[in-house]
Amino acid sequence: MAQNGSGGLAQTVAEHQDEILSEWLALQVSGGALQSGRIKEAELRTQCRTFLDLLRDGLEQGGTDPEAPAFGRAKEVLAEVSRSRGMQGFTPTETAAFVFSLKRPMFNALNRTIEAAAGEGGGAVRAASAATARDTWDVTLLLDQLGLHAMEVFMKAREDIIARQGREISELSTPVVKLWDGVLALPLIGTLDSERTQVVMESLLQTIVDQSAEIAIIDITGVPTVDTLTAQHLLKTVAAARLMGADCIVSGIRPQIAQTMVHLGVELDVTSKATLADAFRVALTRIGRAVVKAPRAEAAAPVAARRR
Amino acid sequence: MATGDDAARGTAVLAIGSSDDVVRVRQEVRSRAVAAGLGIVDQTKIVTAASELARNTLIHGGGGTVRVESVSQGVRRGVRLTFEDHGPGIPDINQALKDGFTTGGGLGLGLGGSKRLSNEFEIDSAPGRGTRVTIARWK
Amino acid sequence: MDRIPILKLGDALLVTIQVDMHDRLAAALEEDLTERIAATGAKGVLIDISSLGIVDSFIGRMLDTVAAVSRMLGADTVVVGMRPAVAITLVELGLELKGVRTALNVERGMALIGRWLEDGDGDERDGPAAGDANDGDGG
Ligand SMILES: Nc1ncnc2c1ncn2[C@@H]1O[C@H](COP(=O)(O)OP(=O)(O)OP(=O)(O)O)[C@@H](O)[C@H]1O
Ligand SMILES: [Mg+2]
Repeated sequence: MAQNGSGGLAQTVAEHQDEILSEWLALQVSGGALQSGRIKEAELRTQCRTFLDLLRDGLEQGGTDPEAPAFGRAKEVLAEVSRSRGMQGFTPTETAAFVFSLKRPMFNALNRTIEAAAGEGGGAVRAASAATARDTWDVTLLLDQLGLHAMEVFMKAREDIIARQGREISELSTPVVKLWDGVLALPLIGTLDSERTQVVMESLLQTIVDQSAEIAIIDITGVPTVDTLTAQHLLKTVAAARLMGADCIVSGIRPQIAQTMVHLGVELDVTSKATLADAFRVALTRIGRAVVKAPRAEAAAPVAARRR
Repeated sequence: MATGDDAARGTAVLAIGSSDDVVRVRQEVRSRAVAAGLGIVDQTKIVTAASELARNTLIHGGGGTVRVESVSQGVRRGVRLTFEDHGPGIPDINQALKDGFTTGGGLGLGLGGSKRLSNEFEIDSAPGRGTRVTIARWK
Repeated sequence: MDRIPILKLGDALLVTIQVDMHDRLAAALEEDLTERIAATGAKGVLIDISSLGIVDSFIGRMLDTVAAVSRMLGADTVVVGMRPAVAITLVELGLELKGVRTALNVERGMALIGRWLEDGDGDERDGPAAGDANDGDGG
């Protein structure tokens, strides 16, 4: 039997594929793969069979280099399996077990080639042993690499979930509210990092379009600190709004923040007011409205009158 | 960086020899960015950067090509663009990257701006050899 | 070569950019607008860019130039309808179009021009101060 590197390996896998598959499945089941109930046996079987088929194809065409294009499909399927496990809440260990539990069935299959050679005499056994040792090492390296790949995808899937949740939270925590026809307010609360400022900026600008708002008040009363980067983001937001045809007023810059910003050399080159109420008054004037006193009995709310 | 699946998703090489080609580059980059799942702001950023660099290739480089690749890294997807010309090259890259520096009566914003609009930016240029600029934007 | 149509509406000129413009088309628009302002004595120019998916440095510079030239010829220019993603990108690119006035949409832009016409003969470069929130130098 030719035992030339992966040619022999591919052949071994092809010859013993059924045993490898059932041993692999049995190992995973006994390892508790189905216990959480997140995956059914039939699904696991399909995943294993598909992966093993593609791994064999890869070995046939691409040797044992996991970077070879021949392993592209196998890696895609593996990525899919890892990704879905990441989403379904499997632990890293459970996910890694998919690839790593394939090692033993593979080694067993390789050892069988030595047993098969036993009938052919001592020389054949020695040759088969040497080939098996080499193949075992190659399989170990290959599966380790694939295992790492699986973990990378798994971690990324989890990171994506976290990032998405982070975005959802920051969207939730930054409501753009309408104060008047054409006047929006964005009351910011909490620390502004780059990511969040970006989300805020986009949702403010989109709301400006949706509501045809001419003026947006960005209130930072609830922001504990403003660093240089945040200040720059604010300025960019103001500049972008202006390009779209809307004006921004920044309100609620606390004394310490103003001081820090001046020390940092960042000056907010925008209209700013001490309080949201002051900013609102300016906004109303700009759109040609004024707040006037009305007799209490007649109207509970202030009456806005047209300027002209 | 680039992985095996790049090949699977394919690359396109477009010639840049006229201002119509610049429009075509923008359109190709837009559709790749949409396919990679980039949001509207990220799409706009990479298309704008592509427009700047394609114009540089055309005007300063005397024409050339762009390779448009759909790339992935783990589950991240993105678009990578490589602009290449065999024009005069850039003698002082740092100077060329400065906002406001131009030798052609432009605004001098193209190079520095496209760097700001990308997640990855690489420039390789030498007088007499030509210029190669590679940028990428990830989801 | 095709050109972008310029409509005349009373004392104002109206341009709607609906195509992904190549550079020659943008340059032609700049020339045509200059000619039409001079020929018609228009006092206001409205450029609607709500269909544009990007504004790069070339188109940005064209808008800046049109605004500056028309001001010299006694007309004010307002650019309307810039999309959020385009505005964010333009700021990142480094172009703030400080000399260009802007409005959210055509309706608001026309109202702005209407107010300029009411307030003077267009020789008043800064336009009305109060209520005119969107001056480049306003605030
Ligand atoms: N492909 C290129 N080949 C040779 N020189 C280049 C190339 N790209 C850029 N340059 C040089 O770098 C300078 C800066 O480029 P940049 O794109 O920033 O500005 P610009 O093209 O002059 O003006 P614009 O703001 O209109 O893009 C150019 O003026 C040119 O001298
Ligand atoms: Mg340029």
